[in-house]
This record gives sequence, C-alpha cells and structure tokens, in this order.
Amino acid sequence: MSARFVRLAEADRPTVTITVDGAPVDALAGDTVLTAMMLTKGFLRYGEFDDAPRAGFCLMGACQDCWVWTPSGTKVRACSTLVAEGLTLTTRAPDGLWLARA
Amino acid sequence: MARPRIVIVGAGPAGTRAALTLARKGLRPTVIDEGERSGGQIYRRPPKDHRRSHKALYGDDAKKAEALHQAFDAAVAAGQVDHRPSTLAWAVREGHLHLACEDEIERLGFDALILSVGATDRVAPVRGWTLPGVYTLGAAQIALKAQGCGIGQRVAFVGSGPLLYLVAYQYLLSGAPPAAVVDTDSFARKLASLPFLAVRPMQLLRGAKFLRALKRAGVPLMMGAQVHSIEADGDGAAHHVCLKTARGEDLTVACDGVGIGHHLRAETQLADLAGCDFAFRPASRQWLPVVDAMGRSSVPGVYLAGDGARLMGADAAETAGELAALAALSDLGLAAPGMAAARLRLSRLRHIIFAAGVERGFAWPAAAVAGLDDGTMLCRCEAITVAEQRRAATALDASEVNRAKAFSRVGMGRCQGRYCALAAAEIVAAARAEPIAAAGRIRAQAPVKPVPFAARPRHTEDDRQDVPSAEDRAAQSAAQPH
Repeated sequence: MSARFVRLAEADRPTVTITVDGAPVDALAGDTVLTAMMLTKGFLRYGEFDDAPRAGFCLMGACQDCWVWTPSGTKVRACSTLVAEGLTLTTRAPDGLWLARA
Repeated sequence: MARPRIVIVGAGPAGTRAALTLARKGLRPTVIDEGERSGGQIYRRPPKDHRRSHKALYGDDAKKAEALHQAFDAAVAAGQVDHRPSTLAWAVREGHLHLACEDEIERLGFDALILSVGATDRVAPVRGWTLPGVYTLGAAQIALKAQGCGIGQRVAFVGSGPLLYLVAYQYLLSGAPPAAVVDTDSFARKLASLPFLAVRPMQLLRGAKFLRALKRAGVPLMMGAQVHSIEADGDGAAHHVCLKTARGEDLTVACDGVGIGHHLRAETQLADLAGCDFAFRPASRQWLPVVDAMGRSSVPGVYLAGDGARLMGADAAETAGELAALAALSDLGLAAPGMAAARLRLSRLRHIIFAAGVERGFAWPAAAVAGLDDGTMLCRCEAITVAEQRRAATALDASEVNRAKAFSRVGMGRCQGRYCALAAAEIVAAARAEPIAAAGRIRAQAPVKPVPFAARPRHTEDDRQDVPSAEDRAAQSAAQPH
C-alpha cells in the first residue's frame, strides 16, 4: 500500500525518523504515529478478526482501531502518540509474543 | 468545611467554561482531560511544533477558540485550575472517579462531578467502511486541524449533519477540493428545518456560505442520496463510493479517501457508570442522560454539560458548562445562580430550537441502517456482520441490545459500541418489528477505554483526609450514634 494522507500545511518542522516493520520512516516533529504511517505506508495494522489492513477511523482516541505494536509487545495508540526519534513499531504483533508472555 | 473538590472531565468548550466559572469563585477545580492540550475536539489544538494562527485553524470560530484557550491557559498558569492533561477517566464508582495517566492509575474523590466529555461522530455502517482511507468526518477535520494533513487529496464526504459541509469547505480552502459532498438526507427536509435553524441566523448564513463556495468550486453536491458501498482499489484501500442519487440514478464517485458521519452521538459512558437516569430521545434516536435546565443529572452532585448530554454544538456547550458550574456552586451552598443563570438559560433555549432544526434536516438514516445487507460489517472491532446481529435478535430471541451483545458480541469490542451500538439497535428493532426504543441501549462497562494491564496504582494527595468519599461519609454517618 502507499501513502494515503497528504500534507497540506505545516511542512516546515524538524525531521524525526521512526522505524516501522524494520524500515525507516521520516516524519516531522509533532506528527502522530498515525500521520507518519499514513503519509508513507498507507495503513497501520491488520484486524485481529479479519486480518484486513486497518488505518484508524476516529483520530480522537474513541474507536481503538489504530493500535500498533512495539517490539517488546507494548501497544501504542497511533492517533494519540507523537513520533519520537528512534521509536520502533510493527504493524503485526511481534513473533512469539503470546507464548513468551504465557 | 474544607474547600470542596469539584472535578470536571473534559476540557472542550463545556469543561473549559465550567472550570473558568468555578475558578472565578476561587474553587480551583480539577480538570481531567485526555488531550495533551485543552480545547476538546472542535477547538482542538495542534501539538506545540505547529505554527498556524487561530484564524487559519478555526476560521469563523477563531475568536471563540482563542478566548477559551487563552483563558484556560491563564487560569492554569495562575494556579486557579488543576489541569490533568493526557489523563483518562475510565470509571466512576462509589463516589470516586478512576483515572489512568501513562502507566499509573489513581482514584479521585469529589464533592461535585461535572462530566463534559463531548461526543463522537455517529456513523451509519456501510459496506467498505473499514477500508484504509475511510475516516469519520471528525477525523478528517482533526487530520487537517491538528496535523496539517488531508485524509486524501480528493476526498468524498458522505453522510449528514453540519460537519459534512464544514469539513468539505475546510478541505476546499486547504487545497484539497472534495471529490463530492453526498448528503443522505434530503433538500426538502432541510427546507423544513429552516424555521428552527433561523433562530441562529449567523450559523445559517455560514452554512449557506459553505454551500456556495463548494458549488462555485465545482464540487458535486448531492442531497437525499443513498450510499451503497465504499469499494477498494487493487491495494485494498478506499477508491470509490457507490451511491444512488435522489433521482434514482446509480453513481460512482472516484476518490482517494472518504469522510463519513451522520451528525453526532453523545459520550455517555461515565454518566451511565455514575448511575444517571437515561431517556430515549426520539428526535435523535438516541438514549441520553436526563438533565434539568442547569445540567443536573438524576444523581445528586453529578452534572452533565455539552454534547455528552445534549447534541447542540460548541456554543451551547459553553453555555451548558457555565450553567453546570453555577448549579454545582448553588447546590454546595456557595453561591446563588443569580441573573447570569437566567441569561444563560435563555440562550440555552435558542440552542435547543436550533438543535431541533439540525435533527430535522440532517437525520440519521434509520431505514437504510435497518435494511443493511447481511454481509455488511456491523462491528468494526471484531469484524461481526449484520447477519450475526439479526440472528441474535430473531433465532436467538434477543429482545434488546445487551442480550444480543451476549450472543453476537456486537458492542463488546474495544470501542465498547461507540461505532456500532446505534446501528446495532436499529438492526434488532427492525428484525423484531419493534420500535427502536424497545431495543434499548448498551450499558456502559468500566474501563470505558482500554487501560494498560500493567498499570499500577499511584499514591497521591487524594488519600488526604479533608475530602471524604461518598462511601466514607456514609460509613462515618452510619458509625455515629444517633
């Protein structure tokens, strides 16, 4: 999938690089994780019940449709989390997470 | 008596106004808000790295937004308001509010609780509404306001309500002219709503301005349309909207994003957990908490203000926030409501009439929802279809939505029914040929939003002795010899 969001204003901010599924993603300071991913990947995660790509829905922390993963298994709500240099995320649950935690 | 603790949940227009009213009386209210900065959704502020002016962000509402933001910031800076940003209120139980901030949870006692938690978009499900590229109208606006982004370059705006036209207009101004604006309610019904809307002529004129600008820019405008589906491209993302126009023509609108919403639904979970009574409101086809003209709920000490109580918009929310604060002051024996309350209640009446017009001209498409295809996804969280809800209501004989939820799981997912519950009720009612009120409403469950499993209790000043909780007070009075 490719970029879905378009930047229409506020392009003059410092660059912040995060890592998504092992690849670098450039964002701007003040972007949410959702914004950064929708400007590049075009989706955020896969639905647990239909395995279809999902990209969030409400952008106000109500629908809970934009949770992405960190390698340690923590979940991050993409619409309400700002990017930070070095932030590393995955669109699927890290391998073996459930077994490791059981 | 020690200074009473008044807790406000939500820092939108209602919560901000309530806080400022209490701060003026020297009460130092605590304001719990999920946002990093105050403002709520309608006057939402971008992160601090952004530089656009209030005028660029809020258009005609810039002055109102700026006034609220500045007054709130000043009150916080002066120590008159205890602001707790990035904090979720996830339960009300036994006279305490339960909070979560990052990985810590805590409970907060209160003498009065003002819930000004706002609303979300109300969305009629449609085939394809979970595709990447499909967002609520509110989301489309937040992307623009708080992130300087469009959800696409050529977005189809679909649904009904004042926000439909406002967001389309804002995208046009921002350099992303909409692919189309598709209103599911009719022109005739809008005409019929005019006498009500005319009580706020400036608002009406603004609406006309949006329509004129969109029309002049060549944006296709349709009213009375039926939306069949949102279809994907080879990438699996939203690519076009299939609809039937008011004249019965089948039409396809090509787009690279879809904004969808049918006015608003109130966030009522905390009021529900606090034990407030609800009543079915036929005009908006929603159950809303019972409030008096000042915002008092059925539970003493619990006040409701803004769109979380009555869906009347930002200006009405400011009025309601101030009224709720005055009611709390009066009930605590601190100040009589006085002339200010009388003036505010008059303005509230005007908002009620205007809101009645909005309900008439931009209705929820109940019949379309009741008639959705079996295969349409009803619950986004757990990918549950309309068919499964129908089966719960008929073969499994669930007569209302809570029973149906036990069978179908519709309303049990992570969003707690925020985006499926109203449609779920329509499906149950229609499947059983009963009135919508008979299908009931999904009861709120704590936590009202996800709280980290690893969250640990935070010990705070709330363990202080001068603000006993309701249960402590009850225990104390029970222990006293009579």
